Amino acid sequence: MTPIQVPLRNTGIIFRKELRSYFNSPVAYVVIVVFLAIIGYFHTNNLFLMNIASMRLTFEFAPLVFLFIIPAITMRLISEERKSGTLELLSTKPLRDVEVVAGKFLAAWVLVGITLAPTLVYYVTIAFLGDIDNGPVIGGYVGLFLVSGVYVSVGLLASSLTENQIVAFIFGFLLCFAFFMLDKVLVYVPSFMTSVVEYLGTDFHYQNIARGVIDSRDIVYFLSVIGLSLSLSVISLERRQW
Amino acid sequence: MAIAVRNLTKFYGQEKAVDDISFDVRTGEILGFLGPNGAGKTTTMKIVTCYLPPNAGTVTVDDLNIADHSLDVRRKIGYLAEHNPLYLDMNVIEYLAYTGSLHGLENSGLRGRIKDMVELCGLGDVRHKDIGELSKGYRQRVGLAQAMIHDPDVLILDEPTSGLDPNQIVEIRSLIRHLGRQKTVIFSTHILSEVQATCDRVIIINEGRIVADGTPEQLQSDFRGSETVTVELKAKTSDAMQDLFPKFRSIENVEKAEYTGAHGDTHGFTLHTVKGSDVREQIFRLAVVQGWTLLELSRRITSLEEIFHKLTTIDDHKN
Repeated sequence: MTPIQVPLRNTGIIFRKELRSYFNSPVAYVVIVVFLAIIGYFHTNNLFLMNIASMRLTFEFAPLVFLFIIPAITMRLISEERKSGTLELLSTKPLRDVEVVAGKFLAAWVLVGITLAPTLVYYVTIAFLGDIDNGPVIGGYVGLFLVSGVYVSVGLLASSLTENQIVAFIFGFLLCFAFFMLDKVLVYVPSFMTSVVEYLGTDFHYQNIARGVIDSRDIVYFLSVIGLSLSLSVISLERRQW
Repeated sequence: MAIAVRNLTKFYGQEKAVDDISFDVRTGEILGFLGPNGAGKTTTMKIVTCYLPPNAGTVTVDDLNIADHSLDVRRKIGYLAEHNPLYLDMNVIEYLAYTGSLHGLENSGLRGRIKDMVELCGLGDVRHKDIGELSKGYRQRVGLAQAMIHDPDVLILDEPTSGLDPNQIVEIRSLIRHLGRQKTVIFSTHILSEVQATCDRVIIINEGRIVADGTPEQLQSDFRGSETVTVELKAKTSDAMQDLFPKFRSIENVEKAEYTGAHGDTHGFTLHTVKGSDVREQIFRLAVVQGWTLLELSRRITSLEEIFHKLTTIDDHKN
């Protein structure tokens, strides 16, 4: 195998193992059902009470629901391995820490994607019933996927810091919440810092994209936060080496 | 596949877990790592398997330094960690497939190895069960199968027989013996008979330092104190101490004789003799001449247990 194939292969092995264990346990099903139940409620409001052919409420509330369910998805990813000692097993296999982190991140991210996929039914029904503006829908989905990427990476970081899943959940939730709230607390921030703080918030960029304008600056923001969290997770895994 | 450990030192905070340890393991050697709990056995193994970095010192496996060639070293080593970490929600086959694929095995190669390991470790009946449902003995076998799945040249087993019943212990020991013909094996234990039964060489460590290194036989002869001979005999006598005792004292090489009591006509003695001497023949002749009936005549050499006890407790007094 060429040098690049080995890391990809190892990442793939971790990815498949994690995704399978989500579906071998109740986690995946609970997450999917809870998400669809809550989002379904807002979607029907949109459709039947307000008589509007849009998915605006869906995209408005989905990041809020993610705030709770994504830390629940990610909390066990590394903390459980720490607690049960299987981290020692992984660490003594010919495997880089970055491959472990990447595989776990992708598995959780794909689970969020799978959770999100059934909502495409909403789009299809609305498109049948009325005139729907496709721009915000595409932007909404791209934005949601990127926001969830940030939450997953931050949740994974929280999971790597502790061997207690509850602590990992709460810490992950707090980190996600902080990213979510940054652009909403600007009144408390000194004026010279407002634009910086606003730029750091996930919701600011999400709103941009959800409007249907996919700007490279927003994409760069999301990818950098994901990259940073994952790098910190790798460092946290290497902590035993210090 | 030789392993060379040089001046290895490891601190946990302020505490020195491993203190300047050096040793070599030759290819095809079975090395027993012996020591009381907390002696530094596990820490040393964790360093050799690249899980923990040492504070000082080097380890090379087949001339590859673990610090510079960590991934290559890990490829050569099969490791069973102390508490045998397993994914309890996987079944045996899934688990072996997962760990095997992490070692680069694929497709038919992987399937073949899994089949071999299931057979070798006697996992046939439970191969589709979740590991969480298995008994401790079976879990230990799964751990061993995992360590050997990629046919490594070096096997490092941290207390492989802990929690097994006596029959399983015998099986695992013979498995280790069998594997040791082609592979380099390091295994730790605090059961001494295990070392005597399986190892080519023993290293005894205590409080992070090596206190003895050699074959089980070497250790026995090096650390042999006085040997004892136990005698039980039938003799008609009114005063055993008066009649029998001096006769034993007069035998050459007997340093000390103890009278251990009588049951009717039966009298017991323990004789402490000079290292390396065997007085049983003289005792037999004496019995013939005196007309005694010998019921028991046995010589006892200091066991590894006693050596171990001596080595690991003397150190306690020093500190």
